[in-house]
Amino acid sequence: MPADSLTVADGSPDAHLQAVRHLIARHKTLDWLFGLLGVAALMFAMLVFAMLFGQMLVNGFPHLSWDFFTSFPSRRAASAGILSAWVGTILVMLVTAVVAVPLGVGAGIYLEEYAPKNLLTDIIEINVTNLAGVPSIIYGLLALALFVYQFGLGQSIAAAGLTLALLILPVVIVATREAIRTIPQQIREGAYACGATKWQVVAHHIVPYSLPGIMTGVIIGLARAIGETAPIITIGALTFIAFLPPSPFGNPGHLISFDWLTAPFTVMPIQMFNWISRPEAAFQANAAAAGLVLVVMTLSMNAIAIWIRYHFRKRIKW
Amino acid sequence: MSSIPLKPLSPPLLEAGAGQPPAAASMRRSMNLRRRLTERGIEGLLLLAALVSVFTTLAIVAILVWESILFFRTVPLIDFLTDTQWTPLFDDAHFGIIALLSGTLTTTVVALLVAIPLGTILAIYLSEFAPFRVREVAKPFLEMLGGVPTIVYGYFALLFVTPLLQRFYPDLPGFNMLSAGLVMGIMIVPYVSSLSEDAMRAVPMNMREASYAMGATRLQTALFVVTPAALSGLASSYILGISRAVGETMVVAIAAGMQPSFTFNPTEPAATITAYIVQVALGDLPHGSIGYQTIFAAGLTLLLITLLFNIIGHILRKRFREAY
Repeated sequence: MPADSLTVADGSPDAHLQAVRHLIARHKTLDWLFGLLGVAALMFAMLVFAMLFGQMLVNGFPHLSWDFFTSFPSRRAASAGILSAWVGTILVMLVTAVVAVPLGVGAGIYLEEYAPKNLLTDIIEINVTNLAGVPSIIYGLLALALFVYQFGLGQSIAAAGLTLALLILPVVIVATREAIRTIPQQIREGAYACGATKWQVVAHHIVPYSLPGIMTGVIIGLARAIGETAPIITIGALTFIAFLPPSPFGNPGHLISFDWLTAPFTVMPIQMFNWISRPEAAFQANAAAAGLVLVVMTLSMNAIAIWIRYHFRKRIKW
Repeated sequence: MSSIPLKPLSPPLLEAGAGQPPAAASMRRSMNLRRRLTERGIEGLLLLAALVSVFTTLAIVAILVWESILFFRTVPLIDFLTDTQWTPLFDDAHFGIIALLSGTLTTTVVALLVAIPLGTILAIYLSEFAPFRVREVAKPFLEMLGGVPTIVYGYFALLFVTPLLQRFYPDLPGFNMLSAGLVMGIMIVPYVSSLSEDAMRAVPMNMREASYAMGATRLQTALFVVTPAALSGLASSYILGISRAVGETMVVAIAAGMQPSFTFNPTEPAATITAYIVQVALGDLPHGSIGYQTIFAAGLTLLLITLLFNIIGHILRKRFREAY
């Protein structure tokens, strides 16, 4: 064949072709290798998670009994439980939600629907972005000086709840804004055309339609707040609490009492920290059990949030 | 163009409401007024809600600066910046923030050595390589990993990673910056990978298609087309990772020990700025004492460092922003 003889005689085109083929093969190998590396990285992340969870499960699961949930912390590891911790966590989260949800949703609505384009709005927006990046322990310092000493709340449930509310405020604001932004402009225009005022548009249309997004944000924020340890330690919350805050119901003379707001408390992560810091293995097993409860709480909240987002996104068709 | 001022309508005509019975008109007017007032009131309330975040920032800055001023009345700034010992609660008190900064820096560097490579590889893989199904499962999984409380990671570092490392390196002390940093790195991976992936997926598809049409492999496309285009997003994800590592508290407080020491050796125990604040808060310091003020000076230092990184991130974002 003439072509073949030409290349053989010349030498260089064949060598060139070989070189190109070699180059392609090399890049294909590299491509394949990187794909492998990616899978390996993903596997590694999953493995770490499996080890973390597995180790906690092995150490902590035997301690998870009914008694563990219904006993107070104790000096004896075997009889120590998380009653005061989970009750404290629920009460603190109650305060956090009651404060953070109206403030965060209100701020989100203001920024999306009301805010004029001016300096103040810019300041608020930049500020929300920056607050999200402030380390949580700084909020603890703020709370220590402001809530604990200035407002005289002491190391109470109210102080902790307010601290965590400020901490998750940016999360709620951002989630609210993102949810509102997905609502098409025609919805607003239609409502205005029927003579609705701004607030009627917001209350009857904007808020209901953005509710799934807002709920997702609130749940993710609360899941973060449940696990926050540093700010609560910083306000000086006691770590050994073997009693419950006063009950809100059933007091003589009052239907609902708010004494629990000013009561000293402990929460799940603080209780866990307390047990981790002890050298005895028995207490560390308690820490594993408490950690297990904590992880299940936060992960199930996150899962609910992801589910809400997925479920409602599918259903909404503008 | 000058406009001729209109003569105002005579008041009785205006109030009569064009043939309506006067009672209905006044009722409608009072309703309108009430409506307007409600609208105004609600707008004011919403503005107040939005301003809470501004007040929070102002309060943080005011409190940290005020307590730090009190602190620097006793401790000269030059000692604070040059002394290499941090022993505020001892009789022989030293206030050298460097001893805390070295711990913060070392744990942060160790964490970033884990988080940036791993996070970037995961982001490239998920954005450019992974089949749709894998991504649909991996993304929520990584998000969940980011939702695990930090105290749990602290437990993991102290009671799992440290014993594991001690098997290979028996001299490793029970508290060390290495395991704290490694676990912190793992903890930060989801933040880095998720933000980086978002940035890479925002790169328009036709750029990839052009690259493939030239015969590039996925890896070449990822490294030479997508990554440069997404650089500003990658940079901000790294910056976020750094701020997280600098501000992280519980992992270092639990696993790295709380002894301030001026060292950059990750196999030694040391305290970070955050760990010191926890240590002081665990004790019972009287309000207004110098020990109480130290945590605010340390907190101000921490805030300034995160602020610095935020500014760097902002500059990087602006500088490397590619608009398509």
